[in-house]
Amino acid sequence: MTLATLSFSYLRARWLSTLLNVALLALGVATIVVLLLATAQLEDRMQRDARGIDLVVGAKGSPMQIILSAIYHLDVPTGNISYKGAQELARHRMVRSVIPLALGDSYRGFRIVGSVPAYLDLYGAGLASGRRWEKPLEVVIGADVAARTGLSVGASFAGAHGIGDRTGDAHDSHPYRVVGVLARSGTVLDRLVITGYASVWAVHAEHHGIDHIEDIEKTLHDDQKEFTALLVQYASPLAAAMLPRYVNSNSDMQAASPAYETARLFSIVGVGVDVLRAFALVLILGAGLSVFIALYNALQERRYDLAIMRTLGAGPGTLLRLMLFESALLALAGTLAGLVLGHVMTEVLGQALKAAQQLSVTGWAWEPAEWWLLLLAVGLGLLAGIIPAWRAYRTDIAATLARG
Amino acid sequence: MFTIDQLEHVYAGDPVMRIDQWHAAQGEQWLLTGSSGSGKTTLLHVLAGILRPSSGRVTVAGEDLLALSGPALDRFRGREIGIVLQRLHLIASLSVGQNLALAQSLAGLPVDKARIEAVLESLDLAGKADARPHQLSFGQAQRVAVARAVVNRPKLLLADEPTSNLDDVRCEQVLGLLQAQARACGATLLIATHDGRLKPHLSMQRALAVQP
Repeated sequence: MTLATLSFSYLRARWLSTLLNVALLALGVATIVVLLLATAQLEDRMQRDARGIDLVVGAKGSPMQIILSAIYHLDVPTGNISYKGAQELARHRMVRSVIPLALGDSYRGFRIVGSVPAYLDLYGAGLASGRRWEKPLEVVIGADVAARTGLSVGASFAGAHGIGDRTGDAHDSHPYRVVGVLARSGTVLDRLVITGYASVWAVHAEHHGIDHIEDIEKTLHDDQKEFTALLVQYASPLAAAMLPRYVNSNSDMQAASPAYETARLFSIVGVGVDVLRAFALVLILGAGLSVFIALYNALQERRYDLAIMRTLGAGPGTLLRLMLFESALLALAGTLAGLVLGHVMTEVLGQALKAAQQLSVTGWAWEPAEWWLLLLAVGLGLLAGIIPAWRAYRTDIAATLARG
Repeated sequence: MFTIDQLEHVYAGDPVMRIDQWHAAQGEQWLLTGSSGSGKTTLLHVLAGILRPSSGRVTVAGEDLLALSGPALDRFRGREIGIVLQRLHLIASLSVGQNLALAQSLAGLPVDKARIEAVLESLDLAGKADARPHQLSFGQAQRVAVARAVVNRPKLLLADEPTSNLDDVRCEQVLGLLQAQARACGATLLIATHDGRLKPHLSMQRALAVQP
């Protein structure tokens, strides 16, 4: 006959109240777990996608839009920039390297990105099969693209003009050919079709009356060549202070800092996250209060039980431990249920997002902050038990029994 | 056995119980009588070690109760003293067997299933170990309360108004089983009551008077 058996028997005897308290706490904990997992994974993912990119240069427009379109491929680009302007920037002494991006087409909702092999190296992407592109119209595809479209090495497809929802006519006369499938990297590459930038020029070459696309880079006039954005790596830390201002004032291009813009994005989203987090904390506090009320009422019902236990030889400390054990048990059950529920909810959310081709979120991950959550919730449960436990400790046996 | 010497208890400035000398030898069976307000329950609580008297000396089974500190007193009470209260206060969320096991473990003793079964058997409660208190008749519940009081083989068995709500037949039965159980574990029995029906059955009696 241990304290645990006794506590369990009391909790079972009041199973409805027990269930309610556990559910209340579980909901609060689960909400926080979902927020923790989703924001941590999102931030991690966004940081990974922006790694190695110090500055993005695009056409004049919103810096955030440039970041969202050129790094995360979530928004439409602000416009195009000239080949000359890009070359000038690439030659700038504060620029170590430039990765050009040419956007504009898509295939079944996946963007076709014209770039250079260095774009793949930026994410350390390896090939699952095939090789990298060598000629115009040869493409490699990301792991998600391969999985969802069923394309594999050797397959051909026609890109559609436009990206996102506004896709237009297919470029039937210049089909792309898949020469490689990338290994899953957990980055934005997974959902992209990547090719040489010349390919993007090639499919639009008919506008310029050019038929032979093999040498498009040479035949196309410099004025006719365009990029969408440039991913820039600084040559020195000094560039961070100088280059954006230089670009913005000396060219018709717009510089956008990924670090600054993503921080701004998270501060905007963060307000919503903070509201949800506060709401979840209120839920947890409410659960703590509910545990307190339940134990306090139980104390009233149980005062004879407690007095009897004293006559049977229990010390006041035993009664104190009994009440604390019970509140800790409630808190632990609620927290564990909440952790499980939170992870399941995150996974369900992740599956729903996956169907919508958004950033991926998984419930099968553990955030270190969850340990704190566990500590917080169990601590709160113990706190809720302190007053009932103290009153149990102070029970006047003789007076209680004399009344009964 | 117990010995009382110049015992007095004062509550809120008024004396509620007074007794000069009383010695009960081990195994004796006593009746404590007196009208309501004479301090019977108070004396019982003092003997049980759950109430500290204002003055005087109380020795139970060779231990000076007032000299025992908190934890030692709790332990002594659990092992050496059994109490049957007028209201039974069985723990409703535990089974009959668990109620008895609780009495053993709260006294710091290991749970002894054989002893529990033997006690239940002796009180005609065999097979009721898994029943819940609310499934029992009043008579059965009262026998469980007696079983709980004697499961640790106390040296002193106290009963507070055990027969007040019972008819004559039941009254004699309960008295009989209290006496039998006390004899079985060699305990000194003290029954506090204002029930006159018990008087012919016990030769050793002590009356308490209401304090002026």
